[in-house]
Amino acid sequence: MIAGVFSQIGQSFQQLIGDVSSNPLFYLISFVLILSALMVVTLKNIFHSALFLILTLFSVAGIYILLHAEFLAAVQVLIYVGAVAILIIFAIMLTSQLTSKRIVQTNEQVTVALLICFGFLGTAFLSIPYTVWRIADVALPAENIFTLGKLLMTDYVLPFEVVSIVLLAALIGAVVLARREGS
Amino acid sequence: MMQYLALAAVLFAIGIFGVLTRRNAIGILMSLELMFNAANINLVTFNKYIQVPGIAENLTGQVFAIFVVVIAAAEAVVGLAIVLLLYRNWKGIDVDRINIMKW
Repeated sequence: MIAGVFSQIGQSFQQLIGDVSSNPLFYLISFVLILSALMVVTLKNIFHSALFLILTLFSVAGIYILLHAEFLAAVQVLIYVGAVAILIIFAIMLTSQLTSKRIVQTNEQVTVALLICFGFLGTAFLSIPYTVWRIADVALPAENIFTLGKLLMTDYVLPFEVVSIVLLAALIGAVVLARREGS
Repeated sequence: MMQYLALAAVLFAIGIFGVLTRRNAIGILMSLELMFNAANINLVTFNKYIQVPGIAENLTGQVFAIFVVVIAAAEAVVGLAIVLLLYRNWKGIDVDRINIMKW
């Protein structure tokens, strides 16, 4: 029975991995992505892991381009790499005696954390091939950006406005939080 | 399509691992960004491969992904402001030491 379970896992794993020669670019980008993501969570020096975070975000932009989401790839590079990653590096530099000293960056829960994330991975890898997807390989609109802009201004105009209020609230909240008291 | 979903699952698992094991609050925020990106890859994949009947301009997944990016940016800003405040008050951002809200 155990052997049956293992062969089933192997089968679904093969299905998940797919055919490398069919889309070599995807596998190259995924390799870089997973490797640099691992670096982000395991490196001792927090500044180096921030640099690897930038590499990870760039590879995610590459994945978006492979999925024909060019505008999202541009947004990814502009907002994530250009703003969020730089903000994180700023915060590291402002809070660091951390970059210089070799202090332990991980806590004692490594075993539990490994168990949890392998549990999640096992569940996901088993359930993805056994789900019935309505795969259609949709023909996306040719003028992707054009349609996206039109959708944002018509069907999704309410969430668009709400999200701008959220951004304003975050901006004010950050200013209020980071202000020195009594000034 | 399953390859993209598997990639997103791996990225999400790495993010979970980072959130659970990092001591540094900024490290936790970076792992959170990884998890946001995994969710976004899933959204864009479904947008590309799954047909929603009755919708001509099928870009809902990408619109959602854009909203996720915006929310992630807001989250990073507020989170880093809190981290700076913690650093000012505790002289360090080791989340194991910051236990004032523990019952």
